[in-house]
Amino acid sequence: MNQTSTTYGLLAEYDSTHGIFEACQKVRDAGYKKWDACTPFPVHGLEKAMGLPASKLPWMVLGAAITGASLAIIFMVWVSAFDYPLNIGGKPTWSIPAFIPVMFEITILFSALTTVFGMIWLNRLPAWHHPLFQSIRFERVTDDKFFIVIESSDPLFDQKRTQKLLEDTGAIKTEVLEA
Amino acid sequence: MVSKSIENMPEYVGNTHRGDLVLPEDVVKREELIRGNPTFHDITETVCKMAQTPFSETHIGWRVGFAISLSLAIMFFGLIAYLIWEGIGIWGNASPVFWAWDIVNFVFWVGIGHAGTLISAVLFLFRQKWRTSINRYAEAMTIFAVICALVFPGIHVGRIWVIYWVFPIPNSMEMWPNFRSPLLWDVFAVGTYFTVSLLFWYVGLIPDIATLRDRVKSRAAKIAYGIFALGWRGSMRHWLHYERAYLLLAALSTPLVLSVHSVVSFDFAVAQLPGWHTTIFPPYFVAGAIFSGFAMVQTLVLPARKWLGLKDIVTMKHIENMNKIILVTGSIVGYAYAMEFFIAWYSGNQYESFAFINRAFGPYAWSYWIMVSCNVISPQLFWFKKLRTSIVVSFVISIFVNIGMWFERFVITVTSLNRDFLPSSWHYFSPRIFEPLFLIGSFGLFFTLFLLFVRYLPVIAMAEVKSVLPQANPHEGHHS
Repeated sequence: MNQTSTTYGLLAEYDSTHGIFEACQKVRDAGYKKWDACTPFPVHGLEKAMGLPASKLPWMVLGAAITGASLAIIFMVWVSAFDYPLNIGGKPTWSIPAFIPVMFEITILFSALTTVFGMIWLNRLPAWHHPLFQSIRFERVTDDKFFIVIESSDPLFDQKRTQKLLEDTGAIKTEVLEA
Repeated sequence: MVSKSIENMPEYVGNTHRGDLVLPEDVVKREELIRGNPTFHDITETVCKMAQTPFSETHIGWRVGFAISLSLAIMFFGLIAYLIWEGIGIWGNASPVFWAWDIVNFVFWVGIGHAGTLISAVLFLFRQKWRTSINRYAEAMTIFAVICALVFPGIHVGRIWVIYWVFPIPNSMEMWPNFRSPLLWDVFAVGTYFTVSLLFWYVGLIPDIATLRDRVKSRAAKIAYGIFALGWRGSMRHWLHYERAYLLLAALSTPLVLSVHSVVSFDFAVAQLPGWHTTIFPPYFVAGAIFSGFAMVQTLVLPARKWLGLKDIVTMKHIENMNKIILVTGSIVGYAYAMEFFIAWYSGNQYESFAFINRAFGPYAWSYWIMVSCNVISPQLFWFKKLRTSIVVSFVISIFVNIGMWFERFVITVTSLNRDFLPSSWHYFSPRIFEPLFLIGSFGLFFTLFLLFVRYLPVIAMAEVKSVLPQANPHEGHHS
């Protein structure tokens, strides 16, 4: 396993969604953990073929929504009823209905910001440099080609056997990526 | 790739990555979303063509259009500078009409934005897959329209250097804004709307910007696209969170878009002025906003699909569907106009009755009837299939609707204000030369941004369009 220090992993190329779908099931069933599939668009059901767990993003967003709603209502009540009460036509300073629009907007704002930055954070982006980008073929990943990459840090990784596995899954081309 | 008609692939239509909905047979036999059986690569080529054209070979039409738009945008900034220097007295606003073209333009532009969010969020939640061909376009329109909208209240405050007073920022005066004022709600509503629309648009763009990053030749362009692509590499582990984020943003934007124009309508409805103080305003404003927004999408899409060669992606099916939405929302708007009159009479309130009779038969009757002709009568032509599938008719009516919806806001604002409770203060408002120039200037800003967008960014959501192609379904069988 000397090569692990210089090899990032093995890249296999497929040219259809059908091809990568079956290949992912085989790689998953072979027991690999540190691997990935790269596709030009989200292929339906591929996350199941890869055995990935569901995203935790909705829970983060729920937390943000509750935080946003609470902060907004507390802040508005504090401003309007305690810190700076204004008498406007003798109306109550504690007028919850009047606070609903702003509370709603702040809830949406917090949730949307958390959705986007949470997604970026969960994906560990931005990642402008990545070993995958050294492959010329990989430029087609954003166009019409599908790829599987198995990292050399996976305990099951063995250059010859892994390459054999990928070729058996119907890869039209495999290549070794430098670390 | 293997050429197949849609009848042979019933499983695909109801069963892409968006969900597990399986549609009945008659729905499956509908027209294909994308014509001509393109490959994934064909989509990339078609959409990226414009962005990858060298500047020296840019189409002459784009250059002329951009030169005109940019000149008008520069004029707009010049006018804003003059307004700030001289004060809002350069407009014709005078007692009792203190709100005129500035608020009309604001509501007009915010309304236009709504179709973009509706297409990107609401149609997404309803799994209307035809939206993928037009959503990028419509979202860009939303953002640029909201930018134009935000300018108007910004400059109307007069002392723009203290605009930060509208935000709850701790300050040495120890003052806070009034959270019980609809004008403050509007600051939050439109501010949130702009932020969320921008995020939604950007999230959708990430994979497509990555496509451009991998295709452009020049180093400067590669770096520029590369920065915004965030190093996107199409990883399925990323797509998993990405798709979830997209769904969440759609779910958040849907109530947001309904709230924004409702809050805009509160600016009027919460005021105790006859003609404004009605409970019908929020739904009526939202329907009107969607109506005007779809008309603007048509105005922009019809020429663009021709000039950018996107006829196979934006097909007659898309145009017809949008015309149907224009027909429905136009009818809702017509119903709202009628209902306002009915309630004015039925309420027995003499001020309310006067306000509406004054609207239709008073000094501004001309604007009321322009509004009715454009908004109520013209979209009814779309009942006829021949007319709603005609490019020329669609374009002409879209222009009529744009004009009509501008006049709707004019009618609501000016006719309600110009004859208030005290007849001695009645005043016939006329704009001065600056009001039309500001409006034209805002169109210049809008089209400048829009032309930059069609030139340098992918105008079609490539990843999404690819995912609705038949061969995107992994269970469909082998394709070469």
